[in-house]
Amino acid sequence: MSRDVGDGLIEARELRKKYGEFEAVRGVDVTVSKGEAFGFLGPNGAGKSSTMRMIAAVSPVSGGDLRILGLDPATDGPAIRARIGVCPQENTLDNELKVKDNLVIYGRFFGLSRAEVSRRADELLAFVQLTEKAGNKVEELSGGMKRRLTVARSLINRPELLLLDEPTTGLDPQARHQLWDRLFRLKQEGVTLVITTHYMDEAEQLCDRLVVMDNGLIVAEGSPAQLIREHSTREVAELRFGIGEHEAMAPKLEDLADRVEALPDRILLYTGDGEATVQSVLERGLEPTSTLVRRSTLEDVFLRLTGRSLVD
Amino acid sequence: MTTYDPDPDAAARASAPPTMADAVGRQVDYWFTLYKRVWRGTVISSFLVPLLYLAAMGIGLGSYVDNKSGGSAIGHVSYLAFIAPGLLATTGMQTAVFESTYPVLGMFKWDKVYFAMLATPLRVRDVLAAHLASVATRIFTTCLVFVVIISAFGAVHVWWGAPLALVGATLTGMAFATPVFGLSSRIKDESAFSLVFRLGLIPMFLFSGAFFPISQLPGQIAWLAYATPVWHGVDLCRSFTLGHVVWLHALGHLAYLGAWVLAGWWWAERGFVKRLTW
Repeated sequence: MSRDVGDGLIEARELRKKYGEFEAVRGVDVTVSKGEAFGFLGPNGAGKSSTMRMIAAVSPVSGGDLRILGLDPATDGPAIRARIGVCPQENTLDNELKVKDNLVIYGRFFGLSRAEVSRRADELLAFVQLTEKAGNKVEELSGGMKRRLTVARSLINRPELLLLDEPTTGLDPQARHQLWDRLFRLKQEGVTLVITTHYMDEAEQLCDRLVVMDNGLIVAEGSPAQLIREHSTREVAELRFGIGEHEAMAPKLEDLADRVEALPDRILLYTGDGEATVQSVLERGLEPTSTLVRRSTLEDVFLRLTGRSLVD
Repeated sequence: MTTYDPDPDAAARASAPPTMADAVGRQVDYWFTLYKRVWRGTVISSFLVPLLYLAAMGIGLGSYVDNKSGGSAIGHVSYLAFIAPGLLATTGMQTAVFESTYPVLGMFKWDKVYFAMLATPLRVRDVLAAHLASVATRIFTTCLVFVVIISAFGAVHVWWGAPLALVGATLTGMAFATPVFGLSSRIKDESAFSLVFRLGLIPMFLFSGAFFPISQLPGQIAWLAYATPVWHGVDLCRSFTLGHVVWLHALGHLAYLGAWVLAGWWWAERGFVKRLTW
């Protein structure tokens, strides 16, 4: 195939992944440039992880074109993997080894000398704030610590491109912020990041540019602000009425907002000025049990594009 | 880490993918680190059981057998000298099977260490080769201890028999390790292993020719026993320790065991590729 492939770190054209009859990725086009923080946003099963595993040169491409660092993963897998870092969805740490040994052993797989890998391991443990745990067993670490160790491990070869598959899924809020802080520092230092997530706040925090995936396809692409501008309104008024009343209430409000979305537990009014909209709802004599005015988020973009919430 | 520079050497290192020897070499530290933690336990447990057999059957039962028959059925050697090489070869087999079941499945399923390894420049075949090499090392060290013990019991009749029997027992083990790797790469949960142990390992241990000559068995069962790699290993090791080597037979045994190793390796590699690169 001689498709037109550009010079981004990642160039995917019409990329597909099939598992038997099931097509998890159904033709996606993605370009990621150097220094970018790029996100794949979508619900579970959207095809994010399948895409990520193809980009990591561990899962064979079923169709389309894929170039990573200008190389073809089908033939240059080892060369690609030598230059990228992978933080998989599951930690895959070796529980039988100590914390530092996990980094040292992993670095050896890249052909680094013992001395070099030991020096880098100390540096990385400091970076992810695990220096004092260096001699502990992995199983003694908390979930957040294990995740940070996995991130440290993915950096042992000083990759040009770092792939993070759902980096903060399953972490408590504090652990998430700690990890975000580290990732943000990497981004500032110029590491190209590719992140999959089903958390819109994570995508907004970390990504310069992202694609929204659903059912194996890209349904929108842009910066978080751009996506919100294009696919949502500036503000959202959330109204709660009694249980079961939301569906019936929606038609009565339709003329008050650009768009009305009735969810089981609340009604969303998409509007430029939330306070004014709430005011007109009240003037109409309707009495919601609670009201909230907020900015539009990527969650709203996703709801608009797919008709479903991101996190069920 | 104040400024981040991608490793300037990484691209250069990557431009030439590692040879398999290099790739296996990169994994030595990993397997050595694991082995350092457990070697005492594995060596003790894997030679203690055969040692008990050696004492109970070689010396206990042996004194009875030797008095009764004068050793005519087993080639006019002491019963101890007859079963010692058999226990050596079956120790190789048992060590191999244990090391190729739970530890292999765990690398796929529990710790998922194989998946971590494959996120690096290592390829599936490199990971398999290194793990097999580590199993070979374990079989070798366990059998080495055992050879020293049977030599001390006077069961090795010629000096050159000891190193050759050690090689033979290690090869016997590998003839089991590679196909069991193949099996472990294909099963979803560990319940299949209890079948392997009960219906495979124990009958093969008992009917391997370690305790009595297979020729004592009725025809079809004898042929079944001859078909198992373990009988070839037992016969090979026995010819070495007793110093009664018919070289044509020995070559036949080596070729048969070697064929199992290679066929099992091929089958295991297919299973590994399928399970690791979906």
